[in-house]
Order: sequence, then structure tokens, then C-alpha cells
Amino acid sequence: MSKQKGEIIAINSNMIRVRFKDDIMQNEVAYVISGPKRLKAEVIKIRGDTAFLQVFEYTKGIKVGDNVEFSGKMLSVQLGPGLLAQIYDGLQNSLPDLAEEFGFFLPAGVELDAIDQKQNWLFTPLAKKGDKVTAGSVLGFVPEGIFQHKIMVPFYLNEEYVVEDVKGKGEYNVNEKIAVLKSAKGKEIDVTMMFEWPVKIPIDAYKEKMQPTESLITKIRIIDTLFPIAKGGTYCIPGPFGAGKTVLQQITSRHADVDIVIVAACGERAGEVVETLKEFPKLTDPRTGKSLMERTIIICNTSSMPVAAREASVYTASTIAEYYRQMGLNVLLLADSTSRWAQAMREISGRLEEIPGEEAYPAYLESRIASFYERAGVVKLHDGAMGSLTIGGTVSPAGGNFEEPVTQGTLKVVGAFHGLSRERADARKFPSVNPLESWSKYKNFIDDELVNRAKAILKQGEEVDQMMKVVGEEGTNLEDFLIFLKSAFLDGIYLQQNGFDEVDAATTGERQKYVFEKIDTILQKEFSFKDKTQARQFFYALRHKFIDWNYIKWDSDKFKSQEKEIDNFLGTGKVLMQAEQNI
Amino acid sequence: MRKVCTKILNITGNVVTVKADGIAYEELAQISTQRGSSLAQVIRLDGGLVHLQVFAGARGVSTGDEVLFLGHPMRVGFSYDMLGRIFSGSGEPRDNGPAIKDNEIEIAGPAANPSKRVIPSNMVRTNIPMIDVFNSLVESQKLPIFSVSGEPYDELLARIALQAEVDIILLGGIGLKYDQYMYFKNTLEEGGALSRTIFFVHTAADPIVEGLMVPDLTLAVAEKFALDGKKVLVLLTDMTNFADALKEIAITMEQVPSNRGYPGDLYSQLAARYEKAVDFEGAGSITILAVTTMPGDDVTHPVPDNTGYITEGQFYLRNGRIEPFGSLSRLKQLVNKNTRKDHRAVMDGMIQLYAQYKETEEKRSMGFRMSDWDKKLLKYGDLFEKEMMDLKVNIPLEKALDNGWRILADCFNPEETNFRTELVKEFWPNK
Repeated sequence: MSKQKGEIIAINSNMIRVRFKDDIMQNEVAYVISGPKRLKAEVIKIRGDTAFLQVFEYTKGIKVGDNVEFSGKMLSVQLGPGLLAQIYDGLQNSLPDLAEEFGFFLPAGVELDAIDQKQNWLFTPLAKKGDKVTAGSVLGFVPEGIFQHKIMVPFYLNEEYVVEDVKGKGEYNVNEKIAVLKSAKGKEIDVTMMFEWPVKIPIDAYKEKMQPTESLITKIRIIDTLFPIAKGGTYCIPGPFGAGKTVLQQITSRHADVDIVIVAACGERAGEVVETLKEFPKLTDPRTGKSLMERTIIICNTSSMPVAAREASVYTASTIAEYYRQMGLNVLLLADSTSRWAQAMREISGRLEEIPGEEAYPAYLESRIASFYERAGVVKLHDGAMGSLTIGGTVSPAGGNFEEPVTQGTLKVVGAFHGLSRERADARKFPSVNPLESWSKYKNFIDDELVNRAKAILKQGEEVDQMMKVVGEEGTNLEDFLIFLKSAFLDGIYLQQNGFDEVDAATTGERQKYVFEKIDTILQKEFSFKDKTQARQFFYALRHKFIDWNYIKWDSDKFKSQEKEIDNFLGTGKVLMQAEQNI
Repeated sequence: MRKVCTKILNITGNVVTVKADGIAYEELAQISTQRGSSLAQVIRLDGGLVHLQVFAGARGVSTGDEVLFLGHPMRVGFSYDMLGRIFSGSGEPRDNGPAIKDNEIEIAGPAANPSKRVIPSNMVRTNIPMIDVFNSLVESQKLPIFSVSGEPYDELLARIALQAEVDIILLGGIGLKYDQYMYFKNTLEEGGALSRTIFFVHTAADPIVEGLMVPDLTLAVAEKFALDGKKVLVLLTDMTNFADALKEIAITMEQVPSNRGYPGDLYSQLAARYEKAVDFEGAGSITILAVTTMPGDDVTHPVPDNTGYITEGQFYLRNGRIEPFGSLSRLKQLVNKNTRKDHRAVMDGMIQLYAQYKETEEKRSMGFRMSDWDKKLLKYGDLFEKEMMDLKVNIPLEKALDNGWRILADCFNPEETNFRTELVKEFWPNK
């Protein structure tokens, strides 16, 4: 397609109407030529000879009559070695590079290469002349940080090809030809290490999609033990403001047991992204001993950056995530917050004067949410290796009310729901995941029987608590009161976790299993106390000992001695109580 | 080359429509009417039609009035001579002083690049225990004060302004009552802070559209000072009036409303302002405190709700006290690790116990018998409210922490609290 031209006929904030000749494509990228600036835009609706475009920059200063240049391409990202540890805006411009060139503020109408075009990579070929390949087949690899970055047949090549030539081991940049493929019709195609892919189209260069079964350990106890996530699964974290959604995501991005983490900071506070991007390079990944940044990519479109680019940013993030999944890696995409993304759609929809659905969200909101989460999954690649993409999105419901369209649309499609509650946050119970409302459809790595028992105690404890609010403590019998104490104990020492303590912030699966089994014996244990005061004192003292235990490093001598103290206390407690009963 | 139009086609609300070519989006125009002249801003372009919002309101605008396009977007003068001065919502002097016309800067400029920000690390001490101990204010933070009419939010704002160690204070008043405006002026004057303060004041008597410009004017000037290495504190009051002005224009322009009549981009509009709070790498900083009154004391109202999602926490001001529940400073973790090692523990521990006190108080008001434990909690709650929550308490952080331990020891045994043994050993007062 040749480059088409058009002319602006109307401007309403970031939406412009353009009159064009000849042919243009839905979702085609276009540029508004305003003086020296070229503002990137995307076609979102076509009506006769007029197109509606959303502009990815602030439109201040553009005029009716300004020229628009259509590019003939859909909105795409560059894929190739050099993506890891990068910090991009929603359109894959590197923020540090922009800062270097333009200083404190983000310039309008600037496009940079996402991947360093000059850097050389040590390429090792794996394919040989004569090999039959298709999209996604591995041709070779280059080392990228701690990973072997696989160089694959570009995903847009949708036929079967024969390898005509592969370059030998050596240093190449991303624009140099590393292989030549020949199609069945005899057409020769040059392959480089970098290619482009349209962000709104899922990458499907794999053999088949599988059922997610393996647990993804986040090291957050309440999630892993009670409401687990699976590799390749999806989950959502809705919660009112101040409930700790972002902190939960940040902790997950540090400790989650995956190869690559992609953080899509979508329409949220810039300050939070700054924390991630300044701290991650300094933190070490316990799995590799290298900097955490080496396994992280940040796509950052904060709330004050242009709205249309916010809409694009989650797609940019999922495309890069899918790309790394194709290399047989486990990828985790954290989107914070999907509500801001939905709101960006709402803003555009309003300016298109579409008929509004509930709360003025467009009618296609649910299907867009569904297709975003559907990009997750465990896939079997052509060479038999497995890769996974897990997606976790936060939702910021208006007024903290989960009945609103974005939360409801999300709940329909995800595999686990971690609902945060204001009451728990107000009482400083963190993570504020509500154990009574949340659920997960994924399999647990801890025995179901134990988990169900714990959930039952929590539920009964809540019932007793409610009842006590009506009949008072004196109207509650000791048996019920014990259930209440057990439930509060479980909550206080296991479900709550201090995210700012080095040890307590991350509990490994092994430790969770071990500690949870001990707690289960306490939950099952029959106690006989003289009265409620004695029961309360006993459980408060026990809680104290467990909290100290939580702060001690796993498998250390102190860990064992503290455990002994707990065991002794449980033993003596029993003796003491029986003795008192006998009197 | 300035364009002039002499025919106004439509007048709806405070929006007028003219026919003109070659006009840029968000360009400024001047409308001359019988009553005088007013600025207006382009808010939509459609073919040859240009829609403008008139800052002084469209009342008295005649279809034959002249519209002069100025060829540039809204600007504000910037100079150190502005210190101690008072300006209106359209940037004109309100104090009979000279207009500042040199060195004009564009308002509502581009967003700061996140990679040029630094992690905030300086605590702003206020000597209010509910802030310093429980929700420390941090330089470059953006924080609203959620409140209802009648609460002393102006007093709180003024007190923080006077006590905070900053170079420059900017006060943006939107829909301010005249006596509120005088209160700020007099208090800052008495406190000796007037010479480092600049006011942009839109009073309730001024046209509502003019209030829309106040946050942008204030923040554009603040940004310049910050780039010049200054620590700037921006006080905005009341942002609900700002949101209401946005709503009015959106409805006039027949935009589809999203929630209670507010436009769908309310979040983005508020965020574009609040996100100007920044700590620049190698330059100064902007800290924003903004009063947001909650209509009907309802935090789920779209204005406080959207604000809460944007800002880094919030202070609830209710019954003359900063509420411990709901109030939150998201950035406190960045500074309270470097104050005293018991700071975090006291912060969490005391609030958890206060939450239990609240439950007990509820039980008591329903007439239940109080157990020994309940009695302890009741005693604790009383002391906590008197020595920590009262806004009259004016003590440094360290003193407040000591008081906290004393209150705890007065009411409980160490094992009844959640504190780590290590901290109890060091800080629990011996009786």
C-alpha cells in the first residue's frame, strides 16, 4: 500500500476526523503533520470518505486543514533481542532515551527505535540449510542477559519454508541478514533478528494451547495457599483505592517464580513506576543472583500521559510477553490498572458518539476485556517445548463497588479472583485480600483437605464474629468463641504478611507447606479452657510466637529453636489447662 | 496575523460558536462585549466551526460581539516578582499591582518523563502526630484532604503551609468564599510566609469557567520554580469546584456523561493536574495538598473516588480530627524506615488496637457487658484520641512515638499487643 494523504476536518480533544482519498485500513497508523511535529494516530472508525483517528499525543495547537499521512501499517511493536530491562512508554519509545534527548518532559510527536539498531549480538545458528521451518521455528539464539534469546522465523510468514542459508556463529546487529528462507513457490525471503508485529493481533505461532495446571508461586501466603494462580492462567485484583493493589503487584513482580515479568503500568501514578524502575536494578533476583531488572520489562503509560497511548499500552505489553513465551519461557504480565485502560476506551467511545452502555462504557467493553485475558495461556511450541503467559490485572472499581462493568466483565473471564477489601486495609491487615470473597479455579499445591478446613474455620469465625456483634461476647459460648479465636489466629499469623520485611515478605512454597501443616494441627486441636479470658490469653501469646517465627529465616537454627518454643508452649498449654480443669 | 470574527453563531451555556479558519486547538481568543472583554479558549473544532469556552461566562455576550483570536494557547507570566502577589483565575493581578507579562510560559505543558523523577525520600514534618507518625507526608507527594463543609480544612492547610520547610508556597483557590481567601492571606501574613507565597484566586463570585484555569496556572508556575531548584508546596482548594466546572462545560458540549453527570475523562483531567507533583532529578520538587469536599460526605462520589485513585493517599478530616481509618499516605514507607526503628511498628500496632477499640465502643453503645479486655481497650481509645488524634497536639515525631509507648504500657501487657519481642525489650516503658 502506498502512503495515503488526508486532511483534518474536525478536532475534539484527542479524536480527530480526517477526509481521505483512496484506501485506508482499520487500525492503520497515521501521522498528523503539525509544523515540525508528527503526531502518531490510529484509525478507529471509517465512514465513507471520513476516518476517525485517535491521536496518541496531546492535540494542542493542531488545526483544521492540517495534513495527515497514512502509513499503511497497523500499530506494531519491534520484536528482537534487547527488549529486556527496557522501560518503554505505551508505544514502545524508551523513556530513558527520551530523557537523554529531551530532558525533563515528554516531547510530542517523537518516535524512537525500541531496539538498539547498532548493538551487536553473538548469534549461534541452530537451523541448517535444507531444514523445513514455519513461523516461530528457531533459527538460532543470542545471549540476552541471563537468557538464550531465540531467533525465530518471523511470525507473519505464514507458509512453510526451506532454509536456504544460515549465517555462521558471529556478531551481527538486528538489521543484518542472518538467514534466507525459500517458500514453496520459490520466493526467497531474507530474515533478520528483528521484526515487527501488530499489537492488537495475538501471536499464535505455536502448536497448541494447553490447560494451565502448574502452580505459580508468588510467595504471598494468602494467594498461594488459599487462592492459587497457575502458570498460564489469569487472575484479577479488584479493590478500592488505598487497599494495596499496587503494592501487591509490586511484591508479586519481585518474588514471583517466573522467568520474565512484564509490568504494564497503565494510567496509574508515575511515582509508583519510578519506585520500580529505580529499585529493581539494585535488587537481586534470588533465583539467578542477577539484578531483578534483567528479567523485567516496564511498559509505562502513567495517568498524565496521553490517553490513547494508554489504550495501546496493554496491547504492547501483551505482544512482547507473547514473544518471550514463544521462546519456551514462563512470562508474567502484570497490568495495573485495567480500569484505566477501560476508561481510555470509554473516553474514545464517547468522542465517537457511540451509544453508551452501562456507566457510559462502550458495548464492546466485555469482549475487549475477554480477548485481552485470552492472550494468556500455556502453549506447546513446535519443537515440543512449553511456554506460558500468566496475566494478572488490577481493577479499580468506582466507589469500590464490584458490581460495576469492568469488574464484572473481568470476573467472567479470569481463573482467580483476589478481591481486596477496604475494611481489612483500614484495619491494616495486609495483604487486604478478602478470604471470604475471593476464589480460584486453579489447583493447589497444598492438600485440598487442609485448605478447605482453613477456609471453613475462617467462615465460621466470621459468623461467630457477626453473632457476637449482636449477642455480645458474654452471650457466646466458649466453643464458638474458640472458633473465632482460631480464625483470628490464622488470619493474623498466616494470611497477613509484612510486605516490607525482608523475610516475611516472601514465603517460599516449601515453607508455606511446612508452616501451614503446623497451623492445621492447631486448628484441628481440641482445647479446653477455663474461660474466654484464658482462651484469649493463650491464643494471643501463641500469635506472638508465630509472628516472631515469621520473621526468622527459613531453615536457620533460630527457625528451629523458635519452632521448639511453639511446640513446648502448645504442650504446656495443654497440661496447664488440664490441670486447671481437674481442680 | 490575528484573526477577527464579528459574528457569533451559537451561544449555549458558557460556550460560544463562531465560524473561522486556521484556528488551532486550545488557542486563546478575546471576546469584547458591552461589559468589557474576556478570554476564551477553543475547546472543539468542527469543519469551519470553532467552539470556545468563555472565561467570564457568556452572559451579556451579543451575537454581534467581536472575537479576536490571539494565535497562542493560554499563558502565564513567570517571574520572582510574583512572590507575595495575588492573581485571578485568568492570571490578571487582583491586588492592583502591575501585570506580569515578561517571560510568559504555556500552561498545561507535557508530562514529566518518569525516568527523570527520583524516588521521594524527604519527610515533610508537620508536628501533627496523625500525620507524622501514622501517615507521614513526603516531599513531592500529592495528597487530598477529604472533608465536608464546616470542617477546619483551611486551618489544616494553612498550618501545614506554615510549618512545612519549603521555599515557595503557591495557593490556588477555586470557588473560594471571600472570607476563606482573606483567612489564608492573613494567616500566611501573620506567620511571615506571605513573601514566599503566590496566590491564584478564583472566588465564588467569579465566573465558574475561570476556575478551570486555576490549577493549570498554579502548577505551571510551580513547575518553573521546581525546575529552578526550588521546593514548592502547592495548595489547592477546593478541587470539587474544579470538577464541577468541568462537568458544566462537558454537559454544555453535549458529551455523554459517565457517572452522575461527570464526563468520562474526569479521571484523566484530574490526573493531568495531580501528576504535576514531582521530585525532579537534579532540580526541585512540587508537593500538592488539595482540599476535596465530599458532597454528602460520600467518598464514593465520583470526585473523591477518582481523586483517591490518582493521589498518593488521602487525609480524612472529620469532626475536626484526621481519621486514622481511611487516611493514608502511600509514600510513608519511603521515609518512616529512616526515622526511628520503632516508627513502623508503633504506626501499625496502635492503629490495630484502635480498630479493636472502635468495635468495643460499638458493643458498649449497644449495651453489652464489658469484659476486662474491653475495659482495657476503652481506656486505650480515650488516651489515643486525646494525645494523638487531637489537632491541637503539636509535638515532634520522636515525642509522639514516646507518648505512644507510654499509652500502650498504661493500658496493656506487652503480649496483648502485636509487637515483636525485640522492640518490646527496647521500647516498652518499665513501670
